[in-house]
Amino acid sequence: MGPKKVARSASSDDPEELARVPLQAVLLADSFATKFRPITLERPKVLLPLVNVPMIEYTLAWLESVGVEEVFVFCCAHSNQVKDYLNKSQWTKPPSSFSFSVSTIESHDAISAGDALRVIYNRSVIRGDFILVSGDTVSNMDLTQALEEHKDRRKKDPLAVMTMVIKHAKPSSTTLQTRLGTDEIIMGIHPETKELLYYEDKADHLQRVILLDKTLLMENPALRLHNDKQDCFIDICSPEVLSLFTDNFDYQHLRRHFVKGLLVDDIMGYKIFTYETHASYAARVENFRSYDTISKDIIQRWTYPFVPDVQYLGIGYQAKLERQGIYRAPDVILSRSAHVGAFSFVGNGTTIGDHSHISTSVIGQRCVIGKNVVIESSYIWDNVTIEDGCKLSHALVCDGVHLRAGVILESGVILSFKVEVGQKLVIPAYSKVSVLPQPCKQDSDEELEYADATSGVIESPSITSVANARNQDLLSDMLDVPGSDANKVGISGVGYIWSVSEAEHDEEWRFSIAPIPKEKLEKFSHSAHDDNDEVNHDESSIPASGELIPDSDGTDFDGGVGEDYRDSADFENEVEATFRRALAGVDVQNVILEISSLRLSYNMSHADCAGALFYAIMKSASDISYSNNTELSANTKMEINKWKNLLKNYIKSQDEEIEVIMKFEEICLETIREFRPLFTDILHHLYEEDIITEDAILSWENEKQGADESDKIFVKQAEHFIKWLKEASEEDEDEDD
Amino acid sequence: MPDVQALVGDFALKLKRRKVEGSHASARQTAELLRSVVSQQRLPHAGQAAVLIDAVRAVGEQLIAANPVELAVGNIIRRVLHIIREEDLSSTTTAMEGLGLSADSDDDNAGDHEDRPALSAAAVAAAARSALRAPSLHTLLEDIPESAAVPHASSSGGDSEGKSKSAADKSLKSRKLKHDVIEAINELIQDIDTCHEQISEQAVEHIHQNEVILTLGRSRTVKEFLCAAKEKKRSFRVFVAEGAPRYQGHVLAKELVTKGLQTTIITDSAVFAMISRVNMVIVGAHAIMANGGVIAPVGLNMVALAARRHAVPFVVVAGSHKLCPLYPHNPEVLLNDLRSPADLLDFDEFSDCMDFASRGGSPLLHVVNPTFDYVPPNLVSLFITDTGGHNPSYMYRLIADYYSADDLVVKRRSTS
Repeated sequence: MGPKKVARSASSDDPEELARVPLQAVLLADSFATKFRPITLERPKVLLPLVNVPMIEYTLAWLESVGVEEVFVFCCAHSNQVKDYLNKSQWTKPPSSFSFSVSTIESHDAISAGDALRVIYNRSVIRGDFILVSGDTVSNMDLTQALEEHKDRRKKDPLAVMTMVIKHAKPSSTTLQTRLGTDEIIMGIHPETKELLYYEDKADHLQRVILLDKTLLMENPALRLHNDKQDCFIDICSPEVLSLFTDNFDYQHLRRHFVKGLLVDDIMGYKIFTYETHASYAARVENFRSYDTISKDIIQRWTYPFVPDVQYLGIGYQAKLERQGIYRAPDVILSRSAHVGAFSFVGNGTTIGDHSHISTSVIGQRCVIGKNVVIESSYIWDNVTIEDGCKLSHALVCDGVHLRAGVILESGVILSFKVEVGQKLVIPAYSKVSVLPQPCKQDSDEELEYADATSGVIESPSITSVANARNQDLLSDMLDVPGSDANKVGISGVGYIWSVSEAEHDEEWRFSIAPIPKEKLEKFSHSAHDDNDEVNHDESSIPASGELIPDSDGTDFDGGVGEDYRDSADFENEVEATFRRALAGVDVQNVILEISSLRLSYNMSHADCAGALFYAIMKSASDISYSNNTELSANTKMEINKWKNLLKNYIKSQDEEIEVIMKFEEICLETIREFRPLFTDILHHLYEEDIITEDAILSWENEKQGADESDKIFVKQAEHFIKWLKEASEEDEDEDD
Repeated sequence: MPDVQALVGDFALKLKRRKVEGSHASARQTAELLRSVVSQQRLPHAGQAAVLIDAVRAVGEQLIAANPVELAVGNIIRRVLHIIREEDLSSTTTAMEGLGLSADSDDDNAGDHEDRPALSAAAVAAAARSALRAPSLHTLLEDIPESAAVPHASSSGGDSEGKSKSAADKSLKSRKLKHDVIEAINELIQDIDTCHEQISEQAVEHIHQNEVILTLGRSRTVKEFLCAAKEKKRSFRVFVAEGAPRYQGHVLAKELVTKGLQTTIITDSAVFAMISRVNMVIVGAHAIMANGGVIAPVGLNMVALAARRHAVPFVVVAGSHKLCPLYPHNPEVLLNDLRSPADLLDFDEFSDCMDFASRGGSPLLHVVNPTFDYVPPNLVSLFITDTGGHNPSYMYRLIADYYSADDLVVKRRSTS
């Protein structure tokens, strides 16, 4: 009946378990995303308070309760803050009888979960199966059974490297998205073995079409597709997972790259299984929407025993639960006429003035709230001053914020650290205000989450300059309007309102704390949202070799064309990036390996590789400065000579050679026109270097016979050369005779 | 004493994380911890009892704060404090009376402590009297020296006289006091260990042939009580209300069936329908309060009301470590522990009701899952503890035997 689940897992000291390797866990204290900006510019996400307790506390407490003995906290951005916090916390100095140790692993140049795992692999601290979670996981799940299942499977099948914990989420299909603001996930699971066969987290609602690999259906007699499962982002991994990340150094994202990569990769045959948890709670704070939802779940005690009045978490004081789910710290000064409504938390040392009204909100420590203040479904962190007559609804207010009298925060407003808002100002809905100016370029999802002056990895100059200019800006704030895009927050206010780009504005309502507006909700549940394309560009999608439309079982290839086109563009970019790394000094062997793996993951042919690589070489050649065509030609030849061997790896037959020539044509025509006059010259060079054989050139010419005039420019240009080739071959034949 | 401190921290953490299950385990572990605290406490020559009391109080405050819901912890701490006071008193009494008693006889004293030994009867009587006195505001606030806490003229006189004795005598006394206290705590631990047997010994007196017994949920004490009756060849039937939402009644039913007892499981809601066929209700308790009220697993108030309606005796079985000197209205008593709603509902099935985003931001579905009920004393017919059966109105008297009025609020003196 599952009542004592947590308790049972706590008594993990039976002899059998003592004999095993200590259970380890890797906690990623960096989400590698930007969803919590601007707050995360100043404080790492894992230290943001969730119901007045830093998020990492929930994760650590849960890990402790499931019997984990060693936790490695990987910190990247703001690593010093995380380390300082852990050193002060209860977890790093446990009493003698608790075998629970927390140690930090620090790296400044990790920009993704993949990088983090590679760093951990290099430290070789993981000895056995481990639990991989991110530092924003809130759960009270009992992992004992999942661990056992994982172990049993491993004994039978060493290729089962990972067990993914999923959770059922019913009943309406949109609940998951509207509750936690996550994307819909489509999972294909084997009904009996629970093996994960298909994973797609950005299913296109518009078409209501998902693409399944034909082989998937051929190999598996049964496959159950779910869109009602929630991914808990709790994984039980075998040590192989780390080495897999190291072998495939293009794996960045845990789900998009690693899981999908493993599912597509049929060479190694690694398998991922799922474990479905019932009754217990598991969720991840991914965005402001889930922050709001999970906070409310905690206050409603779904996460028991990780609730404010049980001192599992290092909250430091005993909050008392009163009727209707009101949590009150011992030292609160509440005016007699103030009203605190149901499901609220008032932190230690907070003062609330006359006639103030608070409902379903969390208020931190040492806040001062004036008279006639209305706070509704908001999150107020520590040391906040709210003067008389303010109105807050569905807002998030960070440490040290000062709201002067009469300020109104509309729903979805985020005020970052130490922002001050001047009198009677109305902050419009969904605005984010920070004392730091917005970086001019919005980074993509995949890049670093936080700007940190100490981490030297930031490629985008805008952020670094922000960090450097921080002090100066703070001073100048009071005096003048800093930039055109920065709005002042009222008289005597401090802070910039971050502007939101159009594309993001559409998304804003999904991830915000504010409730979803009615019309959006209807739109969301009925039709689909078409904003997915914009975020898709960095995603490797599963090759569309077969397509399954849910309500008909026929196959159809119409939709596949666009996919392929995008894929090949992506692929080219990837190859080029890889090649650039080769230029930067990465070992050629690694480059070959990486391109090969790219080829597999994009399901490309050798010809595509050769084409893409050739393009990359040509591009790099054209990047070298030159004054005239002769110099360019010389440069190009030099580059070709240099990378000849690399290129030859992919040129295995005439087809690839022809592809290279066609690509060359394309380059001359479209991308790098400078090569136009040099076409024959370089073609000749390629021939000389044995990269392209005369047969290929001749068949290329043959293919072009029937083409339009416009397509024949280069054939014509190379006429002499071809003629010469023909003659030469005839001579050869003559000699042979 | 870093090791003691570590032990205390350890246990406090366990309590905080709710890793100690049940009042029996909590009580036992608390007593063991306090034994090591006492044994490692270095004592000065003067005012030893005060030092000991302070040490125990400091630890006690920490432990009670760690899990205020588990009242057994506080009970044991108060019991130990009371033991220290009594031992101190009895040793000063003997010193004053100059009886020249050997240490051995004093040890017997300590050993027979629970059975009201004849030797220190005067002291015990005094202590009992003092405890009987209502815990007035005056006594609570007044910072009375611990040794003089018992307003007994002869004992305070003896105190000063004892203090003026030679240093050698004092050191002997110090060892003796500590020794006595540890002995008494051992006694207490043994009491906790054997409480189930002592309670179940009385089973045959209460359960008669062919009776029908009703219980709710699962309590170890109840189980042993019923099994003991069965072992003594009583044949009776048991109705087990399953005890939603934790359904521990199912476990109990299983255990009873393996012992060969005729068992019927009913839902909690069927209690009223079945109660007319029941001869006696026997239930366990989380804590017995000073007024004779019971903090019991949720659902028992309803059972008690049904039993009252049909004039069925409502019997509560509990070890004396569950006897709490506090009143249910005391601010220290945190009456309830609200557990996860997951016991009641499947979160997954109800997740759309928890969808705040699409429902205007405030949750419409509330789930309350309390662990405990309060059964007022007038609904309880009889308490069966390890010292025998008692009326609810007699509880205060028992409490006066076990606890000293000065310990109701466990706080370090410096902070009070």
